[in-house]
Amino acid sequence: MDDLPKIIAFACNWCSYAGADLAGVSRIQYPPSTRVIRVMCSGRVSPMFILEALRAGADGVLVTGCHPGDCHYLSGNEKAVHNIELARSLLALLGIEPERLRLEWISAAEGARFAQVVKEFTEQIRQLGANKLQAAGDRQP
Amino acid sequence: MNFQPIIQKTRAYLCLDCGKCTASCPLARVDLDYSPRRIVERVIYGEAEAVMADPHLWMCMTCGLCSARCPSHVDFTRFIVEMRAEAFRHGERGIYAHNGILQEVMRIQTLNVHQNRTRWLAADMEVADRGDYFYFVGCLPFFDVIFADLGVQALEIARSAVRLLNRIGIAPIVSNEERCCGADLLLGGDVDSFQRLAELNLETIQASGAKKVIFTCAECYNAFKNDYPAFVGPLPFELMHLTELLAPKVEAGELRFAPLPGLVTYHDPCRLGRYLKVYEPPRTLLHGVPELILVEMEDNRERAMCCGSTAWVNCSGCSKLIQREKLRQARETGARLMLTTCPKCQIHLSCAARDLDDEQAVEVEDVISWVGQAIEPQARTENDG
Repeated sequence: MDDLPKIIAFACNWCSYAGADLAGVSRIQYPPSTRVIRVMCSGRVSPMFILEALRAGADGVLVTGCHPGDCHYLSGNEKAVHNIELARSLLALLGIEPERLRLEWISAAEGARFAQVVKEFTEQIRQLGANKLQAAGDRQP
Repeated sequence: MNFQPIIQKTRAYLCLDCGKCTASCPLARVDLDYSPRRIVERVIYGEAEAVMADPHLWMCMTCGLCSARCPSHVDFTRFIVEMRAEAFRHGERGIYAHNGILQEVMRIQTLNVHQNRTRWLAADMEVADRGDYFYFVGCLPFFDVIFADLGVQALEIARSAVRLLNRIGIAPIVSNEERCCGADLLLGGDVDSFQRLAELNLETIQASGAKKVIFTCAECYNAFKNDYPAFVGPLPFELMHLTELLAPKVEAGELRFAPLPGLVTYHDPCRLGRYLKVYEPPRTLLHGVPELILVEMEDNRERAMCCGSTAWVNCSGCSKLIQREKLRQARETGARLMLTTCPKCQIHLSCAARDLDDEQAVEVEDVISWVGQAIEPQARTENDG
């Protein structure tokens, strides 16, 4: 891994993406390790997205959504919890550290928190080291 | 593009246009736009590109009922698989069921993974790192996680398998380095990933020194037997479904079961049945269980109806209609329990069975996990104290 890990961050349209935006317009400094992908709801993030991100070479996956009770679609973030648990079990079976996946609730008002989460997660992934899935894999289907 | 090799390899040029395939096809019965005959004809008459772009290409369950009845012995399932591989190279895909999770799980296994897939082993089970028998568990640990919602306890199959093997004196190799057999990727057109998985599995099994590989999944067994040789050459070990290994032991009275009273019916998975012609061993095993009465469905053995979905692609309302018909046949036997030997058939039919009311309810279980709960300890010989 270069010094900076590659992190795919899924952010929900209604809370977390706005939170990331707020971090930006407030000029809060945080490591440029994330590639943010906006989704309509954290519940949209299928375990398949997470697995595919890791297969394609991401070192970590961050899923962010509205706080419990604040979901724009009422219960989408509850589905996210279920999906993340499923993904964690699959990662454990596949021998990929489940710590490479993190779920956080970040509201539109929590720009500083978004920056803090990215900072912490980047550090955590740096300690885990690079994702070695591609090391012996000579092809990427 | 040249489709002649596909037409030649599968004998499609011999198609008489008789339509027996379409008349036999369980999918054509519920989807009036679907016709195996027309798919073959269109490719022969130069419309292959259109066939590749047609979603119907991904709907065939490759159950093989058409090929079994074709008077010209056209290998239609092979035809579909080869056409899908071609379509895949052109960027076409089936519609992945379950969000494509299963395809991702399989593709990740082509990479540098060191899995923890043997945590289901319990303290009472004897397994080995090296030996003559390799138990190929397949996707069961993953199914156990993904399909827990359906009440399918996939790992019970694996646990029962090891206990049954232990009971007949075999401590099988169970390996963390085993990969998915890849059959569903091949059926979904992803030939490259399949090739890689086949190579890795061959490597793992060869390194273990095993002479026989035992399967509990009909799909894995079929992939090894019918598809692997074309990709990795002849396999240097023997292949067997666990029921094939156990049936003679039951007949010889060396393997006994405690009574499991009740009516059951048996669903022949297409891979174990029509593809590999293993019809009797699972039945022999069931006949060996006291007070268990096996009743046959209207369509059984080579006529058995499909479970409605294959390769985790294009599961649709049509799949559901086929599954409903299958469950109806099962219920009509009077049995409320349908046993099978393919975990995927179990998953698909369990999914459809959730919609049935009490009157029609049928449970679906695996033969191995069902008889596994009634293993009798080693019979005492006269020399025993």
